[in-house]
Parts: sequence; C-alpha cells; structure tokens
Amino acid sequence: MSVVIPAPRRKVDAKLRLKRALRRVGFAFSIAVIVSPAILVFLWMLSLSLKNEKDNGAYPPVFVPQPPTLANFVQVFSENSMGLYFWNSVVVSGLATAVALLVGVPAGFGIARAQAHRLTVVVLIARMTPALSFLIPLYMVFQFLGLNNTLTALVITHLVITVPIIVYIMAGHFETLPKELEEAALIDGGTVWTTFRYVALPLARPGIVVATILAFIFSWNNFVFGAVLAGRSTRTLPAAVYNVLTFEQLAWGPLAAAAIVVTLPVLLLTIVIQKEIVAGLTHGGVKGS
Amino acid sequence: MTHTIATRPRTGFLARRRRSYFLFIAPALTLIAAVILFPWLFTVWMSAFDWRIGSVAHFVGIENYVKLATNQRFLEAIVHTFYFTLLAVVFPLLLGTAAALIFHRQFPFRGLLRAIFTMPMMATPVAVALVWTMMFHPQQGVLNYLLSLVGLPPSLWVYSPTLVIPSLVLVEIWHWTPLVMLIVLGGLAALPTEPYESAKLDGATEWQLFRHITLPLVAPFLLVAAVIRTIDAVKAFDTIYVISQGGPGTASETINLYLYLQAFAFYNVGNASAVVVVFFIIILALALLLLHVRERTKWT
Repeated sequence: MSVVIPAPRRKVDAKLRLKRALRRVGFAFSIAVIVSPAILVFLWMLSLSLKNEKDNGAYPPVFVPQPPTLANFVQVFSENSMGLYFWNSVVVSGLATAVALLVGVPAGFGIARAQAHRLTVVVLIARMTPALSFLIPLYMVFQFLGLNNTLTALVITHLVITVPIIVYIMAGHFETLPKELEEAALIDGGTVWTTFRYVALPLARPGIVVATILAFIFSWNNFVFGAVLAGRSTRTLPAAVYNVLTFEQLAWGPLAAAAIVVTLPVLLLTIVIQKEIVAGLTHGGVKGS
Repeated sequence: MTHTIATRPRTGFLARRRRSYFLFIAPALTLIAAVILFPWLFTVWMSAFDWRIGSVAHFVGIENYVKLATNQRFLEAIVHTFYFTLLAVVFPLLLGTAAALIFHRQFPFRGLLRAIFTMPMMATPVAVALVWTMMFHPQQGVLNYLLSLVGLPPSLWVYSPTLVIPSLVLVEIWHWTPLVMLIVLGGLAALPTEPYESAKLDGATEWQLFRHITLPLVAPFLLVAAVIRTIDAVKAFDTIYVISQGGPGTASETINLYLYLQAFAFYNVGNASAVVVVFFIIILALALLLLHVRERTKWT
C-alpha cells in the first residue's frame, strides 16, 4: 500500500518533517490495520479452496497454494448437486424479488404520494422481528397446505425479506423525485395510474435497481428459511452448504470452495453498485434478517 | 412519522387522489398482512397451547409463559443473549467510528479500500461462518498460528465455554463493523466546517476538536447505529448456529438458538411461540430504551 506521499520539497526544519512523516506512517498503518481483517479472511477462504487436503491440514499453515488446484471446486460440483442448489437459490431469490417489485414499487409510490409514512412502521416491525418467529406459523401453514419442501413455500417466505426492503427504499426514492412533472401530467388529464406508469416509473429506475439488488442479496444470503422449509432437492445454497457439506464431508478444501460459490455472486453484485448500495443501506439502515 | 397529519393535503381534489394512491399500496399491504401480520397473530394464539407437531393441541392459557419464567435453560439463554449483544454492540461502534474517522480523510485508493472494508457486510453469513469455523480450529486453525507468531499461547476459541461468546463476537465485529462505519461516515459528511475553523483559530488540539465538536454532532448517527446493531445482535443466528450450535454444552445458546431447538428439533411449537413473544418484547424494549436515550440526549 503506497499511502505514504513524499513530503513536499520545501525547506521545512528537520524535526517538523520527521514528525509529519511519522504521522503519515501512523495513518497508513491504521488504514492497514482496519482493512486487513476484511481482505485477509477472504484471501484465506480463497487459499483454502485452492489447496489440496494435505496442505489444508498442515501446521504451520500453508498460505500460498503450491500449485493451486481447482480440484475442490470440481469435487463440490460433481459430488454434490451444487448446480441444482445454485439454481434453487436463483429461482427463490429471483421470484421473491420479482413479486416484491411488482407489489412494492407501486406501494412505495403510494406511500410517498399519499404521505402515508405510518405504513413504514410495518416495515420497521418486520425489520425487528427475528426471522425464526415468522417460520413457526408459516411452517404450520405450509404443512397444512402440503407445501413444505417445495420452492413455492420458500419463495413465499422470502417475501418477508424482499417486500419490506423494496417498499422502504422505493418510498424513500419516490419522495426525492420532483412532483411537478406528475402534477403537470395530472392536470393534462392523466390518471394516477398513467402518471405512475409513464412519468414516475421511468424516473425511478436508479432506485429500482438498488432496491432490486439489495432485496436479491438479502434473500440470497438467508440461511434459516432454506434450512427449515426445504427438502433435499429444494435447498437453497446457504442451507445446502451447511446441511450437505458439513455433515457429509469434513474436508476443508471443498467446504471453502462451496463457501466461495455461495458468496461470490453477492460480492460481485456489491462491487457493481458499490456507491448506490451504500446510499441504500445507510438511509435508515434497512437490512434483511 | 411525526409529521404525517400536519402535511396531509386537505382539499377535495387531492383527497380523492389520495384514495387512488392507497390502491397502489393495497397489494403490498395484503401481502404483508399475509406473510408478516398473520404469522404474528398465529404465534400469539399458538403460545396459549400445549402444542407439539404430530399430536393434539391443548389449551393451557399462560402456562407456557409461567414455565418459561422458571426454565433455567431459557433464563441462561437470555443472559447469553445480553452478554453477546453488549459486546457485539460496543466493539463495532468503537471500531466503526474509528474507521469512519479514517475514511473521512482523503488518501490514495480511498474508494477501493473502502469497498474492500465494506465487503464483509454483504458476504453470505453462512459462508463466512464456515471459514471462521476453520480458522478457530484449535490444532490446525490459522488463528492459533497467528497467536504463536506473536508469542501468545494457543486458545481454545469456540471450544471453550468461557471464550465461545467472545469468539463469536469476533466474527460479529468482523461482519458488521462496516455498517456502523458507513452510518457514521454519512454523519461525518454532513458536518459543518465553520466550528472547526474557529476552534482551530482558538488553538484547539485534534482531540479537543473530536471530543467537543465531532462527537456531539455525530451522536445521533451513533445512536441510529447502536439501535440497528442492538436489534441485529439480539437476533443473531446464522453465525452462532453454524460455528458453535449453541455449544459447548449450552455455553453460547442465545434465545434465538433455544427457540430454534424448541421449534424445529423438539417440534414444541406452543413453547416456541411463547419464546417468540417474550423475545419480541425484549427486542422492542431494547429499541425503545435506546430511542428514549436518544430523546433525552437531544437537549443536552
């Protein structure tokens, strides 16, 4: 990390220059201290996934894979139905996000325009309730309906995560859009619906993108719904990684490879819309459970 | 939430429109009622029954709650939850504030480094927990190797009843310090520059600037971070479940872990529903307490 910038070439007295240099080194050091845990855990994950089993069990630990091997990834995909679980996750998070967009974007618009901010309290309550507490009653209902172990049940439960996120972000986003255009459209004889469809919605596209990605990520990351409601063939990735891999094989390499398969899509999405995510998350601190 | 009625448009023209806006909200409201509100009411109802999946339910009134009040294991779970929460709120707040002060300054690669720093927050908790499990391993884990490098004796980490909660908090700190950092950073970005200039002219030191200007001004943001962190720490589940399963013994069994066992290992849904209700009251009380602190500190 080349954070230390060469001191300006002016004739400053030596003591002051030394003091400045020391402060810069200290600052660079503190940056290194706070950033390194984040990067090191991910690098260690990568290292574990690229090493053979002998090196993974070695003490002192082998840090750099020599030579790196993709055998762990191959094993994870060939011996466990990793592809199927990946697809399950895509379907569940994708559908839950799509349904949530369908009802959540208009709701956000309605809340913003009708000034019905009290409704966001519902969102806050959803935010505060432990995910497990939704699960017991839903589990009973799904059992009654014969929906346990189906992807339908999972999609319905994931709505608990996606709908509040999208409503909350979209309400905040429509709030920031100028009302003048919509008023003009209404005066020109447009209905509330056409105003929403042709004026507000196109303008809200950036907000929709952020809400979609955040909802998808938090749905993707959810573990407990899949762990409880899914059957062998309907597990989502996080549930599968825990249930299948930890019990059926204790090898570290494949486990780390599976962990990477689970979390890589999310990290890539995060990097793509880094700035917008930061804005969306800190605005009231919405986070799925 | 406080300004709803005052700014509500009152003219007939707009009131009619307001009704059509509610049509936009109706589908989402119906959905929320089905997947959030209904489960809630159903839970409260179930908590009044001796109800095990696979057998007939008997109405028992408040007996489930009475039993919980004397259930040693549940009471210990509450203590574990509070201990875990205290550590998992205080440390991310301290470290997150320090990190925000660092990222508030300009330096090369700031954007990139901030992106790396915030990565843990978005990573899938289960995946991260698996990696930490391997890192905590007493014989082959990389953490004990790192301890040995600086001359410290190896630790049992999550295999020790006394260290298991602090070790789990370590994961929590790693995971959620970035969120605190982002919230505080947002607060720092909104700070006015004038007080600093005049204080510097008066010869204030860096520490005095921080203590008497920065800290009071970002205090509301710290409280928001504290509320969010408290709620999340109380309901932490994934990492604890994956790393220690509440063990060794019940040393790291929090309310959430106890709830999971009652509901989905013993299928004792009546008792589990009572735990949910008590759990939610605890969360609500903590959130209200923190908001109350916020109201009180506003005027000082």
